[in-house]
Amino acid sequence: MKYEAVIGLEVHVQLKTNTKIFCGCSTEFGREPNSQVCPVCLGFPGVLPVLNKTVLEHAVKISLALDCSVQEYTKFDRKNYFYPDLPKDFQISQYDLPVGRDGFLDITVEGGEKRVGILRVHLEEDAGKLIHKDDISLVDFNRAGVPLLEIVSRPEMYSPEEAHAYLTALKSAIEYLDVADCDMEKGSLRCDANVSIRPRGERELGTKAEVKNMNSFKGVKDALAYEIKRQIESVENGGKIIQETRLWDAKNGKTFSMRSKEEAKDYRYFPEPDLPPFVMTLENIRKIKETIPELPREKAARFIREYGLSAYDAGILVVNKKDAEYAEECMRAYPGENKKPVVNWLIGPLLSEANNRTGGGELTALGILPERLIELVGFVQAEQISNLTGKSVLTDMIDTRESAADIIKRRNLIQISDTGSLETHIEEIIKANVQSVESYKQGKTGALMFLVGQVMKKTQGKANPKVVQELLKKKLA
Amino acid sequence: MELAKLTCHELLDLIGAGKTSLEDIFDDLRKRIGQTDHKVRAYVRNSQTENADVCPEICAQSILKGIPVTIKDNICTEGLNTECCSRILSGFRPPYDATVIRKLKEAGASIFPVKANMDEFAFGSSTENSYFGPTRNPWDVKYVPGGSSGGSAAAVAADEAVWALGSDTGGSIRQPAAFCGVVGLKPTYGRVSRYGLIAFASSLDQIGPLTKDVRDSALLTNIIAGYDPRDSTSVDVEVPDYTGALVKDVKGLRVGIPKEYFVEGIDPEVKRTVEDAIQKLKDLGGICKEISLPHTRYAVPVYYIIATAEASSNLARFDGVQYGYRSLQDKAKTSLIEMYARTRGEGFGQEAKRRILLGTFALSHGYYDAYYLRALKVRTLIKRDFDDVFKDCDCVITPTSPTPAFKINERIEDPLKMYLSDLYTISANLAGIPGISIPCGFTKSGLPVGLQILAGSFREETLFRAAYTYEQSTPWHLQKPEL
Amino acid sequence: MAINKEVVDHVAYLARIRLSDEETVRLAQQLEGIVAFIDALKNVNVEHISPTSHILPVQNVLRDDVPVRSLPIDKVLVNAPQPEGDFFGVPKIIE
Repeated sequence: MKYEAVIGLEVHVQLKTNTKIFCGCSTEFGREPNSQVCPVCLGFPGVLPVLNKTVLEHAVKISLALDCSVQEYTKFDRKNYFYPDLPKDFQISQYDLPVGRDGFLDITVEGGEKRVGILRVHLEEDAGKLIHKDDISLVDFNRAGVPLLEIVSRPEMYSPEEAHAYLTALKSAIEYLDVADCDMEKGSLRCDANVSIRPRGERELGTKAEVKNMNSFKGVKDALAYEIKRQIESVENGGKIIQETRLWDAKNGKTFSMRSKEEAKDYRYFPEPDLPPFVMTLENIRKIKETIPELPREKAARFIREYGLSAYDAGILVVNKKDAEYAEECMRAYPGENKKPVVNWLIGPLLSEANNRTGGGELTALGILPERLIELVGFVQAEQISNLTGKSVLTDMIDTRESAADIIKRRNLIQISDTGSLETHIEEIIKANVQSVESYKQGKTGALMFLVGQVMKKTQGKANPKVVQELLKKKLA
Repeated sequence: MELAKLTCHELLDLIGAGKTSLEDIFDDLRKRIGQTDHKVRAYVRNSQTENADVCPEICAQSILKGIPVTIKDNICTEGLNTECCSRILSGFRPPYDATVIRKLKEAGASIFPVKANMDEFAFGSSTENSYFGPTRNPWDVKYVPGGSSGGSAAAVAADEAVWALGSDTGGSIRQPAAFCGVVGLKPTYGRVSRYGLIAFASSLDQIGPLTKDVRDSALLTNIIAGYDPRDSTSVDVEVPDYTGALVKDVKGLRVGIPKEYFVEGIDPEVKRTVEDAIQKLKDLGGICKEISLPHTRYAVPVYYIIATAEASSNLARFDGVQYGYRSLQDKAKTSLIEMYARTRGEGFGQEAKRRILLGTFALSHGYYDAYYLRALKVRTLIKRDFDDVFKDCDCVITPTSPTPAFKINERIEDPLKMYLSDLYTISANLAGIPGISIPCGFTKSGLPVGLQILAGSFREETLFRAAYTYEQSTPWHLQKPEL
Repeated sequence: MAINKEVVDHVAYLARIRLSDEETVRLAQQLEGIVAFIDALKNVNVEHISPTSHILPVQNVLRDDVPVRSLPIDKVLVNAPQPEGDFFGVPKIIE
């Protein structure tokens, strides 16, 4: 392709706190309209903001986790613009001295590792919510003043897949810190993208379009793919990209121009006089740093090192912190040096059950204790039940909360590996399937698998297929 | 007995001695307002003052025993109209009390239920820019009372209030105090909580008392001062008992007289009166010496950039969405942007528009560095001037205003001339230091002249000591206007 | 710096204030005078001078993350020019 895309992401994360950023109103989601408001977050005349301590700690924590340099001196600024969801008609944000700057996030993409630069991390207050009716718009200020952290990447991603990987890694890292929910559907993680294209080999950035209104991770990927294609087609047809804001329409799979008067935006930023600056000592920063847990990529590296996992397996297991901890418990409890059998179960049957059942794909949501999983894997490894039977036992375990041993006993599933008892079944099958026996003897090996299948059926799956195969071969030789 | 003429501490003494009651005080105050406020117009809706009544829950054991305090129209009082004398806030009744109001109530004060007049959003130096019409100077009703706390100052001067609260962003307490012959204190920035004070310029605003004498000033400051967890800019410094500073003794007090304040532009009568006052302080044992505040001439331009920039942002919220005035247009046909522009175009008066536009300009793209940022830097220089002076001075003495009160309508069409009446008061706001204005004499035509005393941050005690000594050695505070 | 009608129009747009033609002309004239006065600051040498946004050396004023009671809905809407149920009503926003 002649063109390459350049993508930068602006991610807003709602920080997990009890109260809003500048007042004591609750941040609880989904309450009656205008029930979680007070004079401060309503911006009534005369009121003043006071910063929530936890908000600053969370912001520093995320900045450190993204390898940003945490600013020793940080302050707030006013961003002035009129909109009905903005109670004061200015937003308290951070302009030239954000909490963190110049960090990075490592991501895994096809073809390996990649480092995406983080330009800045800054705090701001959320706006209210607007509901549009036929002839009126309604304002609910419950969300106004909810703490947001904006994380601005450098324009260093070159495909929708990279952007998706960046978002996944960012969400994962932040979730590890337990400072935000990062649920895009609920709006606790929001993502806007700056997209431009340029001829391959060109260093200068092209004119960018800002894409907004993407409400899921898939939406981000789809919107970016569409927007890149649109820009390339436009340029190839002799058109010009204009700097504008475009909204993603997930239903029709298109971005469209906001077409609002693109007035020169003039936010008239100036230092917020109602909030004195914040000075972070190295000691404070060190203390917060100590509370940062092992992050996904460190954990993955350790899994590879300590448990001999492949990079791919480790990458899957560390996405979610609770699951990663669960996986580690399982691996630790699993006997022997080779952890591959239990890992295969975790990222295979367990993950697919989790995806089917919870949607979110959380292993811990299945309620299988590590020792129970190990017991199940033990049965399979010892060839007491087949892999297939094992999967069925797992389903049963999730449904009934019984142990694998109890289920195998109840359903009488122990494999028959005893040649004596199997021979009777095999002889009956040979008698009943003369044609297949003939085909096999004429060299059609497929017929043998059919015969094995018949024996399995006859024993209700309990026969050890390997033993059956061996016996059949011997008999028909 | 003419109770309305008395100070708060005198009334407290009378109540303590069983010689009067709160009912009597209210009766006399209402009577006085009835007699004089149609001339002075210190209150915004003076027809309602007849409803002013004793607050029933006032505890006899409280410090203030229910004695009423008059409040400027920009300090939020729960359930009472607080409109900043602007059409755009018409009918606004805050669902909360300002911290100073809460403190006053806790000390047993009655909040006088009708607010004192002011320039709209405190934008002005004459109280002519009020949606409710101008207040007049009790000493001569053809003259302005000063501003923006002109209603508070005039009410106290006319004995229509026992005492009052005002706010001071560039002189809005001290200048009307000087024009009306009363005592006005602007405390150190951060000394008194701004929570509930409808902001004009957040980095300059401060609430303070307007009183009939220095003792009342100290008493009221005692009550309103102190750290407030709702105001991030209030300072957690212990509040002394300011009445303890009321000592009649200035021997050895090092007084700086800034030469820049006595040059061109000063009215000769004001100059002479203030020089007499300085002589008096020398006679009382003060050590006066000439000092220099070299950046004085830049104070007004710096102020009009910083104050209007902050105001343009602070006043954005008056947009017709949540409270106050909304332009009454055909709802279905009015777009949002039209609703905003009409509401604000109709709701703000001329001076408010002028300042919002100036402030918006100073912050706008391409001008920020040349105006706003530069002003913040010059502010640093002005602050340094004072830091240097207070290294070897305890206080600085100046006239409060270059002129006595001017005539109504005299400056209203000339904003620049109006701005210059704050020439001597603005620096204290820029430097964050406290300042007090006390009466120091009269012009030949009988208008009061004010003496301003400035001190270093949190040195209010120095102000009270110097002011008290001067006041107790002179007769000025005892004079009353004839109305 | 010349403050002409265009500058006033632009700034009035940013500030969302509708002005009559007569007001625009008068304000342009007055602001021109004020800005000329303010331009005196250009004579001050501010090299190496840091700006003062906060006059006092106060810093790190923080609040514990403890919820307090919100305002009851009747008090929220008591001053609203156009209350609609539990909401504030505004003219329909067309994006």
